[in-house]
Amino acid sequence: MDMSEPRKLRLAVVGNGMAGVRAIEELLKLAPDLYEITVFGAEPHPNYNRILLSPVLAGEQTLQDIVLNPVEWYAQNGIRLHLGKKVAKIDRVAREVVAEDGTTEPYDRLLLATGSNPFILPVPGTNLEGVLTYRDIHDTERMIEAAAKYRHAVVIGGGLLGLEAANGLKLRGMEVTVVHLMPWLMERQLDRTAANLLQQSLEEKGLSFKLEATTQEIVARDDMPVAPGAAEGTAVAPGAAAAAMARGPSPRVGGVRLKSGEILPADLVVMAVGIRPNTDLAQAAGLHCNRGIVVNDTMQTFDPRIYAVGECVNHRGMAYGLVAPLFEMAKVCANHLAHFGIGRYAGSLTSTKLKVTGVDLFSAGDFSGGPGTEDIVLADPGAGVYKKIVIKDDKLVGAVMYGDTVDGAWYFRLLREGKSVADIRDKLMFGESNLGDAGHQGQNKAAAMPMEAEVCGCNGVCKGTIVKAIKDKGLFTLEDVRKQTKASSSCGSCTGLVEQILMSTAGGDYSTAPKKKALCGCTEHTHQEVRDTIREHELLSIPAVYEFLEWRTPNGCATCRPAINYYLLSTWPHRAKDDPQSRFINERSHANIQKDGTYSVVPRMWGGETTASELRRIADVVDKYQIPTVKVTGGQRIDLLGVKKEDLPGVWADLGMPSGHAYAKALRTVKTCVGSEWCRFGTQDSTRMGQELEHALWRMYAPHKVKLAVSGCPRNCAESGIKDVGVIGVDSGWEIYVAGNGGIKTEVAQFFCKVKTHAEVLEYAGAFLQLYREEGFYLERTVHFITRVGLDYAKKRVLDDAEGRRALWQRLQFALDGEPDPWHEPSRAGVDLRQFQPVGASA
Amino acid sequence: MKVAVCRLDDIPRLGARRFRGDDGKTIAIFRTGGDEVFALRDQCPHKGGPLSQGIVFGESVSCPLHGWCISLKSGEAAAPDVGSVERFEVEVSDGVVRLDCRSADGHGHPVEGSCRPVEGNCRPVEERGPIDAAPACAGATSPCTSIPPK
Repeated sequence: MDMSEPRKLRLAVVGNGMAGVRAIEELLKLAPDLYEITVFGAEPHPNYNRILLSPVLAGEQTLQDIVLNPVEWYAQNGIRLHLGKKVAKIDRVAREVVAEDGTTEPYDRLLLATGSNPFILPVPGTNLEGVLTYRDIHDTERMIEAAAKYRHAVVIGGGLLGLEAANGLKLRGMEVTVVHLMPWLMERQLDRTAANLLQQSLEEKGLSFKLEATTQEIVARDDMPVAPGAAEGTAVAPGAAAAAMARGPSPRVGGVRLKSGEILPADLVVMAVGIRPNTDLAQAAGLHCNRGIVVNDTMQTFDPRIYAVGECVNHRGMAYGLVAPLFEMAKVCANHLAHFGIGRYAGSLTSTKLKVTGVDLFSAGDFSGGPGTEDIVLADPGAGVYKKIVIKDDKLVGAVMYGDTVDGAWYFRLLREGKSVADIRDKLMFGESNLGDAGHQGQNKAAAMPMEAEVCGCNGVCKGTIVKAIKDKGLFTLEDVRKQTKASSSCGSCTGLVEQILMSTAGGDYSTAPKKKALCGCTEHTHQEVRDTIREHELLSIPAVYEFLEWRTPNGCATCRPAINYYLLSTWPHRAKDDPQSRFINERSHANIQKDGTYSVVPRMWGGETTASELRRIADVVDKYQIPTVKVTGGQRIDLLGVKKEDLPGVWADLGMPSGHAYAKALRTVKTCVGSEWCRFGTQDSTRMGQELEHALWRMYAPHKVKLAVSGCPRNCAESGIKDVGVIGVDSGWEIYVAGNGGIKTEVAQFFCKVKTHAEVLEYAGAFLQLYREEGFYLERTVHFITRVGLDYAKKRVLDDAEGRRALWQRLQFALDGEPDPWHEPSRAGVDLRQFQPVGASA
Repeated sequence: MKVAVCRLDDIPRLGARRFRGDDGKTIAIFRTGGDEVFALRDQCPHKGGPLSQGIVFGESVSCPLHGWCISLKSGEAAAPDVGSVERFEVEVSDGVVRLDCRSADGHGHPVEGSCRPVEGNCRPVEERGPIDAAPACAGATSPCTSIPPK
């Protein structure tokens, strides 16, 4: 080794499974060159997807299909791979690991990902030929072999793994009996009703069950009283298996004797009664273990040089056996190994989906009830449907579903986010599609969709593409799918559908995203945390935010910069300085960019009213600048399309009309009907009300665009029912509706309050919008904001608290006071006029 | 073959300016947070969006039309998108940005109708006048780095 070059740190990884390799992948993303990495794997295979062993057993996939990282991957990433070498010892003093064959590797950091071992029942006969556990490729291969040769199988354990094994063996032609200690199947994931439905449906598939049955002994074939198959109910002398053992090596299994005395014939016994964290190696090295290698929130063991992730760890007293938590651990661990030091693992919520084709089962959270919880149950045994959701303090805490699991992903999302479900409680049981959130005409039965059906309308991604990406690239999270396929990465209305496809393709335990959603890839922090920090620590600039919150990137990205710029301006009006380079092009050039790089210009027409002189100027501008298209918009404005960027300042000046802000996350339009001035039905002067609102609110930047409407009577010709704030005049005053939306997710505005005067409309509407401006997340429309915080919260802040309402309204007026019109006072508005001319062009 | 096109100060930090060649095609000149300067054909490989109008961060620009991320250094789109955009050599000396309008990707992928190495193709900045009058690189505090050789 060239001593002049600094030596890389050495990372040894013990365990070549999903958790260990995932940690390496995450590490390579963060710090590809920091470590020289060595991996030990006891199995002779590269990293494969252990969860998909069930489909392999069932003959639905092959071993080739489930390899996650082929051997070449290790080589490409410069990782030394020791396959088929079991590590025998960790020497913490010399800092090296020694394999059984003597291979020794030194380390600076060690990562233990030794996984778990199947639990073996302490009964006689477990070492007979044909008694297997269900853990790895080797077990699976032996089960497939046995299924080809023999007829009777007994699976001990009616949990997730046991049932998947039983189903696989049945599909391979065996007669399968499941022996389960508890009164119902999957008792940790299901309540009794759901378990009974499950059992029924598995019985219809031909499986047999022995519940509340204790295994006493596994009996060798030679000790079976008569030929297998005729043996049921015949007693065998206890200890026969032990006697068989004495006669020679590994006689074949013949049956399973239950405590009741009954004997089940068995040529194959699969033991799936649970797993135990594999801590032998750690324990021998003197690391603190307690039903798992004990780790802290940074995944460090009691030796700070040694990390542990996966099924082998005990984190805050929990050991996890599902893949999603392991991936969260891997991510945190990699972050610390990469010296970033900002991730923390705080435990996971888990959900379960049984991977048995034709059986739809989903469970998540705590569904056992208890004090303070309420159950909502839907049971239709005839149709094989059962759903139970458990609510505590207005939040969803658990869900069990059988037969119709379409909404599993949605329930799990509600559960993770811990959102209040008080507002949707009456519809909760009927699923997401009943909330008017279907996005795609309620077509949300992902599994039933044909492969060529389009899932993501924005990016033109069909189901087949997503399924293929999930299978080929081994994707696990919604984020991964978004990155690889673009599905659900634009408008997001198909997110639920994509999650369902992810679930039905890869199994339910994949779909978990981290509980807290980071603002973007540059940080761990959420929108809420960033907003709070800006307020609490009086941060006034983007660099200050990045420094204070230890951003990972020097100047952020196209996602976080606009968000933070907005948060600064909305939190500290007149103090924080706008950064044009952190705005999307539309807000930087104060016009809407079009597909060909030209722009559109929409001048403001207060309340949708215009004059002959304005129309003449518009016509002149169209002629002078040869603007190809003139169009009337849905918000009662005139849109000039196809303006060259160079012409924008001239167009604005010649129009002599205020900016319409049609390009901004800001107040767009106040749409009005003609109202009592002209209309024979009109009860109120809606046009004037709309103009007053527009004069009060224009130049108001917000988390997203804001549209208002004012109608002069309940006929509602201005479509107030689908606006962020919709006002409807009635004989006795004005009704205010909020959080409507006519876009991606058509949403009817909800009734907010009724007031009498114009001044009250301004104050109430303004206060509501200021609340949204102060607490909404960037790019969150009012409908999403209200869904998140609850309409009751907005009512509490704006209606119940009169002083608070006036304060909100005043803060809004303060923020808007003196705000310049960017079209006509560009220098005050900070518009960089240089952008309109190319450089090097002759002036 | 490099011609002066503007001063470094004419390009906002984390921003870009457009330069129009005599062929009518536009080259985008970017300035990073660390005052490095890069030049790319102002045309996203996806749907031709003007990259000069995007948000610049790190050594990337995000296209204003559909958010593809293009590396300023390599001209390549970030995964999972695939595509690349023509690069041009550009450097800063004495606070003046000098651009070579010939594609730096030479044999790689000739872009149809792109700025060809024809004499006088790029209008020298002197014709515009004011550049020499302006102070060169505004003081020692403003670092003027040149683009690393490709």
